[in-house]
Amino acid sequence: MARKIRVLVAKAGLDGHDRGAKVVASAMRDAGFEVIYTGLHQTPEMIVQAAVQEDVDAVALSILSGAHMTLFPRVLELMREKGIGDVLLTGGGIIPKADMTALRQMGVGELFGPGTSTTAIIEYIRGAAPGGAASRSAKAGSAR
Amino acid sequence: MSLVENGAPEAEALLERVYGARPAAPRVGVTGPPGAGKSTLVAELALLLRRRGKRVGVVAVDPTSPYTGGAILGDRVRMSELSTDPEVFIRSMATRGSLGGLAARTEELAELLSGWGSDITLIETVGVGQSELDVAQAADTTLVVLTPESGDAIQSLKAGLMEIADVFVVNKSDHAGADQLAAAIRSALALRPKAPWMPPIVRTVATERRGIEELHEAIEAHRAHLAGPKAQGGRREKIRARLKNAIRERLLEAAWERQGLGALLDRAADQVLGGTVSPYRAARDLIERITDHGERSKN
Ligand code: B12
Ligand SMILES: Nc1nc2c(ncn2[C@@H]2O[C@H](COP(=O)(O)OP(=O)(O)OP(=O)(O)O)[C@@H](O)[C@H]2O)c(=O)[nH]1
Ligand SMILES: [Mg+2]
Repeated sequence: MARKIRVLVAKAGLDGHDRGAKVVASAMRDAGFEVIYTGLHQTPEMIVQAAVQEDVDAVALSILSGAHMTLFPRVLELMREKGIGDVLLTGGGIIPKADMTALRQMGVGELFGPGTSTTAIIEYIRGAAPGGAASRSAKAGSAR
Repeated sequence: MSLVENGAPEAEALLERVYGARPAAPRVGVTGPPGAGKSTLVAELALLLRRRGKRVGVVAVDPTSPYTGGAILGDRVRMSELSTDPEVFIRSMATRGSLGGLAARTEELAELLSGWGSDITLIETVGVGQSELDVAQAADTTLVVLTPESGDAIQSLKAGLMEIADVFVVNKSDHAGADQLAAAIRSALALRPKAPWMPPIVRTVATERRGIEELHEAIEAHRAHLAGPKAQGGRREKIRARLKNAIRERLLEAAWERQGLGALLDRAADQVLGGTVSPYRAARDLIERITDHGERSKN
């Protein structure tokens, strides 16, 4: 059976702007991905536990609240702590260019601002997160 | 888990190890029309079980789009309250083309959760209305969730939900029409031949945490019934059907590989397309080839 790319799409913090996340999630579904959508108001802890349990290839956050400089680093730190540091962390929203660069330097993947075509997002994830979950499970050889 | 879901070659050894390690955790299937409140109920049941110190596994199935092969798995949205509890393991699955309301590997994932240490596993099916009957096969106890709005509820009762329900849940009992629905279920039940287990009807308001205790009691009562002497036949039936499925899948796969069935199928398809044979004839020929080979390799 062909392996599916699994992506967790989450809205972190108090940010209620969910239009972008939904647009991106639908585009991913249309591209053949399996998208686990968590809904609004997720804490970094919730996001990372879900990512572990769902064995995803990528974690994709949508942040339009301005809190990206705390949320992305915290999620990244927890991902590393929980042993899924090799999973792609990406996302989008209202994020100034300078912040995108700073986050990239910390190890976050590409981030996408308003007006990005969903095709670009999908191509990026296809390229950057191939087989993440599969290779990890094989290595760990565990039930999870 | 992905290994198992993808049917990877290592999966079987993994399952074997898990299966032997621990007695299987009881499984509660939750089915019903779209939007009936299945996820909300699963979340509430899980919270109750957590308060009683149980570890809880959840498998939530949503449909794969037949056009793109993709899926949005949204059941977690209603399960946020559970999502930092390390004693709760939630796994979302897409149906990936299987039609019975579950994904092909749902049972196997439930077994992995059992290996992880769940004391009970809750399985939410897709809300497809009438074809979610697989769940009865996969679960020990099946909850059928209906609401006053499910106008086609009575239809569903006729269409087989009656046979699979171990417990009826009238959710959204805060809405008008709950009494009528409960009455309709009761009269449909009365028409059924007498059976050792009569499905109780439990009224809930999942969003207000009402009726959840009663629902849990009903599940426990059914479990007690299953452990009793009257139920052995039913469980044996389920295990038998499960073995049959496993064998069917394995045999087909073996034949497929051993005899290059893929190529034969291509050729047969061309013949049917060209109008030289009927599809029935082509299928019969292929089956004959398979069984023929089977006979010979035995000798
Ligand atoms: C619509 C809107 C709202 C709606 C939201 C409706 C909803 N359910 O989503 C409403 C009216 C509710 C709203 C409220 C508020 N809003 Co408003 N809102 C907007 C607006 C005009 C458009 C956002 C939108 O939906 N765009 C369409 C979608 C498709 O685009 P997008 O989200 O940007 O997504 C694209 C990319 O960013 C990226 N992307 C986004 N998410 C993800 C995720 C992944 C995984 C990936 C890969 C890519 C990706 O790809 C998408 C496709 O190109 C923006 C301004 C703007 N032009 O962006 C302000 C804006 C986001 N809002 C803003 C503010 C301040 C607010 C309020 C605080 C206002 C207030 N004082 O009450 C509230 C807060 C509400 C809350 N609880 O969070 C500010 C944010 C400022 C900041 N971050 O520094 C903005 C930027 C306006 C501004 N210029 O000041 N808002
Ligand atoms: N009024 C009322 N609303 C409810 C009740 N239970 C659930 N809901 C709401 O019904 C909607 C659907 O609930 P879900 O739990 O997502 O239903 P579901 O059956 O899992 O839906 P699908 O998985 O999409 O088939 C949500 O908006 C819930 O808040 C209830 O008892 N009363
Ligand atoms: Mg649901």
